[in-house]
Amino acid sequence: MSATQEQKLWMYETMVLIREYEDRLAMAYFEGKLAPHIQKGLAFDIGAGPVPGEMHLSAGQEAAAAGVCAHLKEGDSVWGTHRTHHFAIAHGVDLNAMTAEIYGKVNGLCRGKGGHMHLFDTKTKFACTGIVGAGIPQAVGAALAAKQRGKDWVAVAEFGEGASNQGAFHEALNMASLWQLPVVFVCQDNNYGISVCKENSTSVASVADRAAAYSMPGITVSENEPEGVFVAAKEAIERARGGGGPTLIEAKVFRYYGHFQGDPESYRPKGELDRLKEQDPIPRYAEQLKQEGVVSDDQLAEIKAGVNRRIDEAFCYAQESDYPAREEAFQHAFAQ
Amino acid sequence: MSESKVRNKAYYQAMTEAIAQEMERDESVFCLGEDVGQMGGVFQSTVGLHARFGPERVMDTPISETGIMGVALGAAAEGMRPIAELMFVDFMGVCFGQIMNEIAKVHYMSGGNVNLPMVITASTGGGFSDAAQHSQTLHGLFAHVPGLKVVAPSNPYDAKGLMTTAIRDNNPVVYLFHKALLGLPVMGYVEAEIDNHVPAEQYAIPFGEARKVREGTDVTIVGFSQTVAKAVIAGQKLEERGISAEIIDPRTLVPFDTETLIESVSKTGRLIVVDEDYLNYGMTGEIAAMIAERLDRVKLKAPIRRLGIPGVSIPYSRPLEQAAIPQADDIIDTAVELMKMTVN
Repeated sequence: MSATQEQKLWMYETMVLIREYEDRLAMAYFEGKLAPHIQKGLAFDIGAGPVPGEMHLSAGQEAAAAGVCAHLKEGDSVWGTHRTHHFAIAHGVDLNAMTAEIYGKVNGLCRGKGGHMHLFDTKTKFACTGIVGAGIPQAVGAALAAKQRGKDWVAVAEFGEGASNQGAFHEALNMASLWQLPVVFVCQDNNYGISVCKENSTSVASVADRAAAYSMPGITVSENEPEGVFVAAKEAIERARGGGGPTLIEAKVFRYYGHFQGDPESYRPKGELDRLKEQDPIPRYAEQLKQEGVVSDDQLAEIKAGVNRRIDEAFCYAQESDYPAREEAFQHAFAQ
Repeated sequence: MSESKVRNKAYYQAMTEAIAQEMERDESVFCLGEDVGQMGGVFQSTVGLHARFGPERVMDTPISETGIMGVALGAAAEGMRPIAELMFVDFMGVCFGQIMNEIAKVHYMSGGNVNLPMVITASTGGGFSDAAQHSQTLHGLFAHVPGLKVVAPSNPYDAKGLMTTAIRDNNPVVYLFHKALLGLPVMGYVEAEIDNHVPAEQYAIPFGEARKVREGTDVTIVGFSQTVAKAVIAGQKLEERGISAEIIDPRTLVPFDTETLIESVSKTGRLIVVDEDYLNYGMTGEIAAMIAERLDRVKLKAPIRRLGIPGVSIPYSRPLEQAAIPQADDIIDTAVELMKMTVN
């Protein structure tokens, strides 16, 4: 059941790639906005600079994406949210095209029409939506199509604990279980739906408990670490692929940034972020892998340098790409 | 054509026949929705299909509108051609997020990478004292949102041909059928005689091509869905009073056949748009604006008149409902009034 050395290394590298990418984007986001000392406030123009619009970063949620996507094969699809870069990266969405999309460039995944909340990649089968919970029934539809077409594809819906309070979540789980579809619901509990903490929004301590209402297995991975997710996801994805129906996985994760970049986070208790940083899953996993003899310090340094080269390339590609021509605004209203 | 050679089918049968023929032709077409399976649809829009194609291609769903629309989107993105039925268009309110923010936008937001070939169907219309939540038409609401094609056939021939086109289209199509047109014994209240001629073979009617229902020279009446039938009644009575009405059925709101409209109004110089949808900010205003924006080309002899449901919900009590929904007599009165008016 446990991960091979190769899988462990892949998960670690993927987590580092996600973290370094999000940290880079966090800085790039404020270019052309305002001076760093007021970045914590709202006194800046969200639409200014080379990375315009709202920005929702996934740092602290890497383990969930790595642990799930380690099992995905060609044909499997992922249906994400507004906070979705971690899954896009772990699912193999082209980093250059994704970054160019975030920069609103014509070489972007969606020719600059979607932006960071609406990334659609037909090559890896990745989609996301800026509406909380809306992607969950869509993943069920993808799973239905897989079954109808006789494919062994699995659909993954990834979302937060906040989305589990949406009707869409409950309707989707009911249908997926009723029709025994190959879908895995991955709820990442980062304890915040925008500013409202889970205790003040959610009637259950564990979202996985909600699986019982839909006669499907519900599993909680209580540590924010990839191998726990890996084990839970392996079983869930194998069950789905084998015709055994859906699973709800709840992974406890952290949200290191605000809901959006520039969020003053006045709702976050003092000291919480420091405490969560002390439990950062990335250095902890590095330490574990070292102790297991899977990596050396040199290799860890090389992994970090390697992902940063990829990120450099992606940001360069995005910055150097052209904006779409104005006429493109009026194209793609309808398919032929 | 001799009487014996005319093949007559009710609207609901024409619609079902189109679906069945497409399901035969294309394995990716399937139906899902509320009561579409064993019951064959509350309005018989999928009658017989469950028995013929089986429960996996004609799927009864829970009463979960958001779930149905989300599932249809996901299935369409993965290469299927779902036909998702919600029974009453009013229920779209429950899942308008999936329609407006997801289904309508995915193709555009993806820069043209993702196609969603799917049909959303529902019944529309009042006249049955079903009151405010089961009598709306709402086609203007869908037409307002970019990315949705909007179809509302007014007769069985169009119902079949437009359904075929809707299923074959690579975009989300909202296909709305008026309860009073279906030919169901429990629903019919249209006074007009509707041509029930429906060929057995498959045929597809292109979107964006209006049908000229009646030729005339004095006034253009644009109707949609059931108001086409009311316009026909009005047209016959106006003829008796010496007023020659030309009646146009756009058949599809999106795309809209602007040219046929302009050509007709250029000829008659008078325009009445009659709609069973809400008057305010809707189809009637849009069509009036099409002419208003072309007054350099179109010479009007009288002001444009619009008939619709004027800023109220649809009431329950029979006389109230009849008052709120435009009737043939309202069209006649309006046409007579227009003939006496001039423009400055």
